[in-house]
Amino acid sequence: MKLRRSLLCTLPVMALLGGCDMVVLNPSGYVAAQQRDVLVTSTLLMLLIIIPVMGLTAFFAWRYKASRKARYDPDWHHSTSLELIIWAAPLMIIICLGGLTWVSTHMLDPFRPLEHIGERRPVPADAKPLEVDVVALDWKWLFIYPEYGIATVNDAAAPVDRPIHFKITSQSVMNAFYVPALAGMLYAMPGMESQVHAVMNYPGEYDGFSSNYSGAGFSHMRFKFHGLEPRDFVAWIGAARASGRTLDRAEYLALAEPSENVPPSSYAAVEPDLFDRVVGRCVEQGRMCAGEMAWLDGQGGTGLAGTVNLLPAPDQASAPFGATPFHVAELCAPLPDTETRRDSLALLTPLTPAPSGASDQTF
Amino acid sequence: MAIEQHIPTTFLFGRLTWEAFPIHEPILVATFAGVVLGGLALLGAITYFRLWGFLWKEWFTSVDHKKIGIMYIVLGIVMLLRGFADAVMMRLQQALAFNGSEGYLPAHHYDQVFTAHGVIMIFFVAMPLVTGFMNFVMPLQIGARDVAFPFLNNFSFWMTVGGAVITMVSLFVGEYAQTGWLAYPPLSGIANSPYVGVDYYIWGLQVAGVGTTLSGINLIVTIIKMRCPGMTMMRMPIFTWTALCSNILIVAAFPVFTALLVLLALDRYVGTNFFTADNGGNPMMYVNLVWIWGHPEVYILILPAFGIFSEVTSTFSGKRLFGYSSMVYATVCITVLSYIVWLHHFFTMGSGASVNSFFGITTMIISIPTGAKLFNWLFTMFRGRIRYEPPMMWTVAFMLTFTIGGMTGVLLAVPPADFVLHNSLFLIAHFHNVIIGGVVFGLFAGIQFWFPKAFGFKLEPFWGKVSFWCWLTGYWLAFTPLYVLGLMGVTRRMRVFDDPSLQIWFLIAAIGAGVIACGIAAFLIQIGVSILRRDQLRDTTGDPWDGRTLEWATSSPPPAYNFAFTPVVREIDAWWDMKSAGYVRPTSGFIPIHMPKNTPAGMILAGLAVVCGLALVWYIWWLAALSFLGLIGYAIWHTFNYNRDYHIPATQVTATEDARGQLLAGRA
Amino acid sequence: MTTTAATPVFYLTEEEHHEPGGFTNLGFWIYLMSDCLIFAVLFATYGVLGASLAGGPGPRDLFDLSLVALNTTMLLLSSITYGFAMLAMHRMDQKETIKWLAITGLFGAAFIAIELYEFRHLIHEGAGPWRSGFLSAFFALVGTHGLHVSFGILWLIVSIVQVRAKGLIPANQRRLTCLSLFWHFLDVVWIGVFTFVYLMGVLR
Repeated sequence: MKLRRSLLCTLPVMALLGGCDMVVLNPSGYVAAQQRDVLVTSTLLMLLIIIPVMGLTAFFAWRYKASRKARYDPDWHHSTSLELIIWAAPLMIIICLGGLTWVSTHMLDPFRPLEHIGERRPVPADAKPLEVDVVALDWKWLFIYPEYGIATVNDAAAPVDRPIHFKITSQSVMNAFYVPALAGMLYAMPGMESQVHAVMNYPGEYDGFSSNYSGAGFSHMRFKFHGLEPRDFVAWIGAARASGRTLDRAEYLALAEPSENVPPSSYAAVEPDLFDRVVGRCVEQGRMCAGEMAWLDGQGGTGLAGTVNLLPAPDQASAPFGATPFHVAELCAPLPDTETRRDSLALLTPLTPAPSGASDQTF
Repeated sequence: MAIEQHIPTTFLFGRLTWEAFPIHEPILVATFAGVVLGGLALLGAITYFRLWGFLWKEWFTSVDHKKIGIMYIVLGIVMLLRGFADAVMMRLQQALAFNGSEGYLPAHHYDQVFTAHGVIMIFFVAMPLVTGFMNFVMPLQIGARDVAFPFLNNFSFWMTVGGAVITMVSLFVGEYAQTGWLAYPPLSGIANSPYVGVDYYIWGLQVAGVGTTLSGINLIVTIIKMRCPGMTMMRMPIFTWTALCSNILIVAAFPVFTALLVLLALDRYVGTNFFTADNGGNPMMYVNLVWIWGHPEVYILILPAFGIFSEVTSTFSGKRLFGYSSMVYATVCITVLSYIVWLHHFFTMGSGASVNSFFGITTMIISIPTGAKLFNWLFTMFRGRIRYEPPMMWTVAFMLTFTIGGMTGVLLAVPPADFVLHNSLFLIAHFHNVIIGGVVFGLFAGIQFWFPKAFGFKLEPFWGKVSFWCWLTGYWLAFTPLYVLGLMGVTRRMRVFDDPSLQIWFLIAAIGAGVIACGIAAFLIQIGVSILRRDQLRDTTGDPWDGRTLEWATSSPPPAYNFAFTPVVREIDAWWDMKSAGYVRPTSGFIPIHMPKNTPAGMILAGLAVVCGLALVWYIWWLAALSFLGLIGYAIWHTFNYNRDYHIPATQVTATEDARGQLLAGRA
Repeated sequence: MTTTAATPVFYLTEEEHHEPGGFTNLGFWIYLMSDCLIFAVLFATYGVLGASLAGGPGPRDLFDLSLVALNTTMLLLSSITYGFAMLAMHRMDQKETIKWLAITGLFGAAFIAIELYEFRHLIHEGAGPWRSGFLSAFFALVGTHGLHVSFGILWLIVSIVQVRAKGLIPANQRRLTCLSLFWHFLDVVWIGVFTFVYLMGVLR
């Protein structure tokens, strides 16, 4: 009876489902499609045991109702063979599912470069993935296309069938970068760089958004992701270039200020190492980048000198019992990249090719 | 709301100013008025009926595990109303905020509502209810007179109340956290949440957490040390087994949460860099630590519910539980495994594929013992004689509902599937499926099952059935749409939507919430009606359901000392065995019984902890220091009281037992 | 109430005698294990953040091993003296017990004093808990241990007063046993702190 009722209940649901767009089950990118396949296969695998269990529950609940006077055996409480089946049946399912999990998790690891852009369509040997650097800001998305030197806010695009390599970070709090039609989500975290490899197979306009709550303006942290034919993609890049604006560090910091409901916009040029500086948390003038910090830390720190290389950060809320908020300052004048920095540091320090632990350098 | 960066503080009131009182928010003012009026009416009624002395002497200061258990359950039900009100507000907001409408809740308010909903439902509804049942039932089931540390038990209860009080104060003074129920940094750090919300979160949970940990220690020692003669571990009722495992989980998980909250508090009060993104902090460490506590936490809730279902199934099938030992092993397996699955809550953080698949597979493995449990219940019903009283109805509904929730849970444990479903409404639907379909259904089954034991009369079944059907249909109406929405790629904690095709699903979900509201109302009516008709519903036997375990051997409600003589156990299902072996109730030869004395110390200590917590929230340092010193001082003073127990004289025991004898004779 | 051999025994006619100390000891052990988990979290935190100097000073610049050695000696000696107190307690020698408890308290106080001096020195140098992840984790771990020791000293004082007032009655003996477990537990934790934080910090 219960079973029939629930079946009846699902009828209008089925009708409704026909009318809605289940993007997770019907994506437009090959990665998301494979993830969907895993989802469907696992569900079917589990239904092998779920359906009999639910059926048996309903049947026993009906059959052994007291008024039905079925066979009553109050002392029957043990059966080794039955218990063996009870444990073995789910075990079998889980072994299959575990195998599927192990393989699919490795194949669909977001950090793993794509080998295929579709069913039996390997990535062409000469294809270079489209690089897209993604920054989650309060509360909008910044996309930098280093290959083209442009950047966009709350608007993204990629040519169809070309592998895309997203590098994802965040300015202040945790977010998650998610375009359901394209590929699974990944957290965007301050000071961290995550990566997603994906490909879009069909032209169209798709929803993208943050799928990890990040504060007051979170609901509006949405953008459109355009899958474009190569020709249209070139036009899209051209349109961004036509905006004429430049995203330098000052402009970025202004953009990073909290704002909601930000309309799409674009920048014709981007300061080259901006994304690395965002990841390194040193966009502000004079801040030490995380990479340099980590290198110094690996050398045993900067000694007591490291207690004075601080910049005040007056715009941050301060803890009642803490010191005034601060940033760690760069050591010397800004240097273009880590390699040269390492050389110049070597000039400052006695050149012991550090058996790590013996470098007690001072500056 | 713009983030206010520099909040002025004064010595006397810290950062508490008139602006902290939300007199410009009509919803809150109305709620406040309602609470004040209701509160005054309640206080007036207590005064009018001269109940203060009774409540103080018999309940608030009581160290009796049964009364403490009942108080826990009352706390849980009261907080359920608050948590559910939050749920209804969210459902309404999400059903309304379409086509350019901002709904009726601004972000500042809505974000507090979903945070408070999660925190309250887990910490102040599910936890008190579960702890309440463990307190009330478990000592009776093992034939003990009380728990191992009765005073500590009272203290734990009041600390839980204290945490709830701190959390509730935030509704009318200041704000609650706007971070989600686990307060991930950097969002919960001082830089992004500088005002009082997260501090309310920290101190409310810290105070309650101390109570929970101590109660966990207490109940473990009780089970290990105080079982009556003959009750070996493998003869313990399944509910006691699940209580043991659940409390082991509490003791092994809550300290992690305590330490974590201390570190978060240090970040916010001392400016340390544990979870900041700059200066060497690591927010991902918080996410790991919080789930090292958080995953066992869900098993802390579900295991005792499994225990309740086991008791109910075997009682109402009139059969011994099928596969007792495999049930025990399954429980222990789940307990151990629940520690090595935490990472499945954040596959999408980007750990390597091997790490993700390891945690995915360990998670799936948990479904094996859980599946075995389900089969055990199933084969307990097989060749049984099932009586469909309300507890059994909840149990069958659980078996059908929970199976679906379990399946979607395993699905989410497959990392590639999780990458497309994580943080979506599918996830929300999944965990409500297991928490409502598992924990809540279990707790309602437990309430229907043990109410006659606690109060001496059964709950009225008609309203119980109304409540049951409303909950069941309401649950499916409210959460099936969320499964669908999750597959449509809708993420959680959204306040407004642009896609109008989603609205119909949110409307259905809102209707579902309304049906659940009817279920809650019917449950309250059921209690009211039962109290009015208590004479017709009276149970004089102490064993209204033809029970199987020891709690049914004593009277309903049980006397303060539980059993006049400590029972001796020979079998699983001790009371069933006693009944079938011709047990005769002893009627003479009673001896004085050694019992602990009531004390107000727990309430006073918890009160001071609440003051200290609120002072810390508002930066009122002098009050924080004073109340902390008071706390320590009073605790020390309390240790000088060596005179903590007394004997119930044999004459009083005889009188109580004779009265019961007459009751039983009158029935016969 | 008598039972014959034919009918099974369903209940005890004598009040079961539970040794209350047995409960307390087990309960206190479980509490200590939960406390141990708090320290485990703090150690893990130190493990994760210990190398995050944020371009600031590291262990080698900050730790003074001779001071820490002195500190450790104080705590180890206090554990020994607590042992003497327990031996005296088992002999029911109240005066000796109190004497050794007092000495234990003094060693504990010396430990705390040295630790406070170290903290003050670090903060004075600009290496406060806010400077880096490493320093945050260091202050939290060592500070939590220090708070435990301070609480232990307070408990010692209370115990001395109680033993003087009531003598070595079973309740007081039980409390002294718990405090003994607590005190030695802190000693064990300190060995971990000394090894992982100070020694390995300086040698690494």
